[in-house]
Amino acid sequence: MRDSLSVGIAVGAYGLSFGALSTITGLSVLQTQTLSALMFTGASQFALIGVLGAGGGAASAVVTSVLLGVRNTLYGLRVTRSLDVSGPKRLLAAQFTIDETTAMALSHETVDDPRAFRLGFWTTGLAVYLCWNCFTFIGAISISSLGDPRKLGLDAAIPAGFLALLWPRLKRRSAWALAVVSAAFALALTPALRPGLPVLAAAVVAVLAATHGIDLAPPEPSSPTTAQSSGTEVLRTEVLGNAPTGSTDVERTQ
Amino acid sequence: MTWIAVLAATAGCFALKLLGHSVPESILDRPFVRRSADLLPISLLSALVAVQTFVLSQQLGLDARVAGVCAAVIALLLRAPFFVVVLVAAATAASLRALGWAS
Repeated sequence: MRDSLSVGIAVGAYGLSFGALSTITGLSVLQTQTLSALMFTGASQFALIGVLGAGGGAASAVVTSVLLGVRNTLYGLRVTRSLDVSGPKRLLAAQFTIDETTAMALSHETVDDPRAFRLGFWTTGLAVYLCWNCFTFIGAISISSLGDPRKLGLDAAIPAGFLALLWPRLKRRSAWALAVVSAAFALALTPALRPGLPVLAAAVVAVLAATHGIDLAPPEPSSPTTAQSSGTEVLRTEVLGNAPTGSTDVERTQ
Repeated sequence: MTWIAVLAATAGCFALKLLGHSVPESILDRPFVRRSADLLPISLLSALVAVQTFVLSQQLGLDARVAGVCAAVIALLLRAPFFVVVLVAAATAASLRALGWAS
């Protein structure tokens, strides 16, 4: 419970930056708040405002944002069986399926009892949702009166925000290589393509790397069970910054 | 136009979240899908960092943003939290501009 709250507060500070930067890039307070309340996945929200703010078209902003949400699908696959919910509660579970909740739930997973897993998921989801939205609102309303964003260096704050989102994912050498190649590719295409498209083109680099078998999960024997748990191994260390705890129990039959 | 982008991206992101809770594991739990999902954020975020740091009206160039992002790297190396990283970048760029040392 205390862990969930501290994750929520940490995320809140980042919601503050989102709220501020979103209104600076020209979104209204209502549009900003809509993103935090209904989209509720930080990297995608930042990508949408980043691409729009840099003069990219609406379509490339939307596609970039949605592509950054693909990982949530995999988190959903991983958590849905242990949560075991249906109806409206399943919609809420889907909405709460993000980095922080998945990592917290998995770190509480035990072989014989799904209660700690569920508690970790729901308390973290609720704490993060409330903090994220409150701080988005505070950030959005407090910044609009500050004046020229360039004078305040806020155009440097946006790439710094993306960098902070990227940083925890750069643990392995292959991740660094991919990041450098993707960045160089996007810059090389910049003079030739409309704003927004070079970033989307970088997604092709990721897919090519994936087809060539580049993998960020630690090598493990390839039985279906371990293959599934290895995908979330990176996430655990990324978000919570600690070693994997407990055993993964994907064969549960409840 | 902004509203359309906001709502379309919101719908897309929610659909992806719900998909994970709706389809049988066997359909999506493939090595290629998992690898792509792991790698996509790295490519997209690094491209976003690069473009937002070095591009001004479709041309490559250097201005105070580069110094701001370098300061952010130092903050990250010192394990500063997200908000501090963003603040350090903005403060660095703002100071250089105030001093007239960078555009």
